[in-house]
Amino acid sequence: MKRALHLVVAVAFALAGALAWAQRTVLQPGAHDALAPAGPQAARIGDLWDLFMVICGIVFAAVLITLAVALRRAPRADAGTPADVSMADRHEPGPYRSVLVGVGASIVLLFVLLVASVSTDRALARLPLQGALNLTVTGHQWWWEIRYDGDPVSETFTTANELHVPVGRPVVVTLRSDDVIHSLWVPALAGKKDLIPGRTATLQFQAAQPGTYRGQCAEFCGFQHAWMAFEVIADTPEQFAAWAARQRAEAAEPTDEKLRRGREVFLGSTCVMCHAIGGTDASARKAPDLTHVGSRTTLAAGTLRNDAESMTRWIRNPQQIKPGVNMPSSTLADADLQALVAYLGSLK
Amino acid sequence: MTASATTPNVPRNAVPPTADDVLALERTWRDPPGWIGWLSAINHKAIGKRFIVAAFGFFVAGGILAALMRLQLARPDSKLIGPDLYNQLFTMHGTTMMFLFAVPVMQAVSVYLVPLMLGTRSVAFPRMNAFAFWIFLFGGLVLYGAFILDIGPDAGWFSYVPLAGPDYSPGKRVDFWAQLITFTELSGLLEAVVLVTTVFKLRAPGMTLNRIPLFVWAMLVTAFMVMFAMPSVMLASTVLITDRLVGTHFYNPAEGGDVLLWQHLFWFFGHPEVYFIFIPGLGFISSIVATFSRRPIFGYSAMVLSLIATAFLAFGLWVHHMFATNLPELGKSFFTAASMMIAIPSAVQIFCWIATLWTGKLNFKTPLLFVLAFFFILVLGGMTGLMLASVPLDLQVHDTYFVVAHLHYVLIGGAVFPLFGAIYYWYPKFTGRLMSERLGRWNFWLFFIGFNVAFFPMHLLGLQGMPRRVYTYGSEMGWSGLNALSSLGALVIAISVLLFVINVFASLRRGERAAADPWGGGTLEWSVASPPPACNFEAIPVVHGRDPMWEPQPEPTHVAGLATTSRELLMTTVLDAVPDSRESFPEPTIWPFVGALATTVLFVGSIFTPWAVVWGSVPVAIALTAWFWPRRHENRAHLALEQQP
Amino acid sequence: MRAAVLAVALASVAALSGCEREKRDFEPPTGSASGAAATRNVSVRAGPGEPIETARLATTQDRRDEYNAFLVNQGKRLFRWYNCNGCHAQGGGNMGPPLMDDKWLYGHRPAEIYASIVEGRPKGMPAFGGRIPEDQLWQLVAYVRSLSGQLRKDVAPSRADGLAGAPPENVRDIERPVQQPAPKP
Repeated sequence: MKRALHLVVAVAFALAGALAWAQRTVLQPGAHDALAPAGPQAARIGDLWDLFMVICGIVFAAVLITLAVALRRAPRADAGTPADVSMADRHEPGPYRSVLVGVGASIVLLFVLLVASVSTDRALARLPLQGALNLTVTGHQWWWEIRYDGDPVSETFTTANELHVPVGRPVVVTLRSDDVIHSLWVPALAGKKDLIPGRTATLQFQAAQPGTYRGQCAEFCGFQHAWMAFEVIADTPEQFAAWAARQRAEAAEPTDEKLRRGREVFLGSTCVMCHAIGGTDASARKAPDLTHVGSRTTLAAGTLRNDAESMTRWIRNPQQIKPGVNMPSSTLADADLQALVAYLGSLK
Repeated sequence: MTASATTPNVPRNAVPPTADDVLALERTWRDPPGWIGWLSAINHKAIGKRFIVAAFGFFVAGGILAALMRLQLARPDSKLIGPDLYNQLFTMHGTTMMFLFAVPVMQAVSVYLVPLMLGTRSVAFPRMNAFAFWIFLFGGLVLYGAFILDIGPDAGWFSYVPLAGPDYSPGKRVDFWAQLITFTELSGLLEAVVLVTTVFKLRAPGMTLNRIPLFVWAMLVTAFMVMFAMPSVMLASTVLITDRLVGTHFYNPAEGGDVLLWQHLFWFFGHPEVYFIFIPGLGFISSIVATFSRRPIFGYSAMVLSLIATAFLAFGLWVHHMFATNLPELGKSFFTAASMMIAIPSAVQIFCWIATLWTGKLNFKTPLLFVLAFFFILVLGGMTGLMLASVPLDLQVHDTYFVVAHLHYVLIGGAVFPLFGAIYYWYPKFTGRLMSERLGRWNFWLFFIGFNVAFFPMHLLGLQGMPRRVYTYGSEMGWSGLNALSSLGALVIAISVLLFVINVFASLRRGERAAADPWGGGTLEWSVASPPPACNFEAIPVVHGRDPMWEPQPEPTHVAGLATTSRELLMTTVLDAVPDSRESFPEPTIWPFVGALATTVLFVGSIFTPWAVVWGSVPVAIALTAWFWPRRHENRAHLALEQQP
Repeated sequence: MRAAVLAVALASVAALSGCEREKRDFEPPTGSASGAAATRNVSVRAGPGEPIETARLATTQDRRDEYNAFLVNQGKRLFRWYNCNGCHAQGGGNMGPPLMDDKWLYGHRPAEIYASIVEGRPKGMPAFGGRIPEDQLWQLVAYVRSLSGQLRKDVAPSRADGLAGAPPENVRDIERPVQQPAPKP
């Protein structure tokens, strides 16, 4: 009996370890992977994950092996075999002890998991926040409005669907929603937090190394929930400062006839009803701010690459790419559309 | 009762029922013939069978919806199904499985089995039982009718506001969902009342609470949970309807309402709900493990206390569905502790079953196979459940395919596999024929393999960042391979369910005929013919132990003296099942059916106008009045049976 | 038998109206211009607007937007986004005339409301022709009509998730339109 128990525990350990190793190495992490941490928050969660995998793996294996042994050693029977009621109302010491040991071990392990979980939770809430960068993200159906709160206030600027953060500096994001519940989630950096209308939440994270990390909305929010993504680009502090300075500036002036025509098309047609471009008369806030749209890596909330061809397709018929999205199709003539795309592409 | 000459004051058996008595009982307890009779039926076995068939019909419908979803997700950037239809598909799938299949099927099986296990002839409120079935059926049909007409709900089975509120879900789609809740919760609550009363008052003499089968304990505990949890969701959904229909502001933060109120109310019900599904599954397992190990379950008291502890703890977990909201962190940690604590009673049960199997003699038939799969699937699901209970881990995998994997492992492993086992186990009792063992094994292995192939990869998909409720995904995400594998598994599941359906229908005609007790079971339902006569027991048994079919039963073994030409039953005391009184039970009537129709009209009308509540009440009142109106011949029969004390 | 046929007929009517009400159609209507340049240079006449290019607009007389709850709700959203509230409040009127009462200066029919939005009107109503795409214009038209209770109760929008200035559109009484004399320019 004791030898069987030792065997069970040994095999369980081995299996759990193998599974944890396989998961971290063999399965290639993608662009958007909770197990490829790039910041202290996600790393702490990753450590907790490892502990859970090991303990849960051991328990799972132990239960199954015990069951397998039970099934193998029990004699066979059929419907006619008389049932054994001799133990009715009698104490069965063997099974009683085993069940007690099993339950006792379960309670101890559960307690370990509980303590680990709560202490990780507290550590996550204690990310040092000196010199934090402050952002406000407002969720819309189906895009992200990102406002960098400037100090002084005149340095505030707004962008959409792309966050830049300096490496090594804590970021405090204030989360609001304009319509329904969304959820901000960048798996490589931190756990998620819901953006709930009528409430303000905060999320803290920090990027430990430069890179591009993808995030996606993680609360069902309507037709285009599937394509409501964004990017977090971790820059070196110098790169970040340069980027922020560019973002604060007004939109680039058109330098040639085609770009000028593009701006005219923008200001003269339906675009201005929803989009803003700093430095022009367009100041509507119902759709992503386009002041520096040319500088972004993606379009349409992380759905398309930001190049002329995608931008043209998007403006011509957004419903083809993201059915149900709030942006209407356009009926611009080809030449006008090309000029518009060129102009928007120039807004770096 | 006359004392015997040798042992004074020991009651002896009276004369057993004669052939005439048996015929009279059959005439008294069966449902009337013809299609009016079919609609008027109140025999618990008739209602139970219909209920089970209807619930499985919804299971197949929900499965088809899932198959369509998996077809869409098998490839990246798929244009097969657009976002609007996909949103309706996953909403209908979740709503069907949770409200129209998983909970009702458990209640349905218990409606059939509990009176037989308790040694009585009927449930406590047979007409209300029938009404509850019809309301459930009509609610489901209304929902599917709406779905076919493009008015199917599309805001998720959990229908979070503000997305499901009046501003972001225009039209009547979400209203049909909210009203479905009203239908199914009404049905569930009524069934719970029926069950509790049956278990407390209609047991055979001598069947103390300490001797009722573990399956009956599971259903009793579930019924109590239902009564406490369902009002929460009825309130939530009714308030949602008023927000949408007449413009109240319960969920409108701008006017003082709260978006999170919905989540609290819904999940206060929603978490116990998964235990309405899981705990009956535990009951099935106890029945099957006992019979197929040829011994009673080890640790009866521990098992009962675990069921009760699980039920209590289940009410303290709901915030673990809300860990990503801005609730205070310390508060969330309490729910982590509670969510982990609930693993303990479940662990007790699992260890007791393993101890039973270890010390028993095993008969490896299909029912036992399905139960053994539970140990693999549910325990794995329980492990991922512990991970989800931890706030930091949950913040990574919440609302991803990791949760989809977890919930299917615990619900399918914990309830559907035992349910399939239960169908194989009790099918001979329901129909008088055995299901094919060969097809059963094919069914089992295809289901087991298909299930793991379909759902295990979802754990990895969630960790790799794939959120839930997405109608498609980009090829650059790296999720394509696992999704394709999962869809393949879904196909295998579909084949296995098809085999199950074939087995059910083919065995009806060609299955091996079953005796009263084909498996050698220990509980009372195996003491009657397969299928049971209309009256269940020709004479109500008297019980002296937990497994009356296995233990030698001293005299008296049966009750005598109940009427055979009138529906009379013996009521016993709650704790010790001492005979208490004889009650006359109502006869079949069409008014529960008509009442359900009238209630359906009221409910559907109130989606469109509040006046429906007023005018719709009139037919309901008429139906209820007719339902309760005393019938002269019944009164005469009941009065004739009364005796002066 | 006849009763059964009648019941089926009624159910079908109810059902089909349900279909129309609930459709979510994302394809842009064919040939949807943005009510553009054609309407820019036309002088505005007082009185119920004779819709410009009646031939073109006549085919849109039977716009189905009024029977589709989703599109009317989109109209409600656009009313908010394009800041119609700035002058018309939530239908109660302020600088602009109230839209929820029975008095109509430039016509209450859908094509007339369309013309008012596209062409602009004296004393401050901007011309949105060329700025708002045609399908959105019709959504706004349908919503504006719902403000005075003209739409069927199951299609009209319900309360918004914001401060409620008035009862939701789906519980408003129908304000039978009364043509007002046009104001002096």
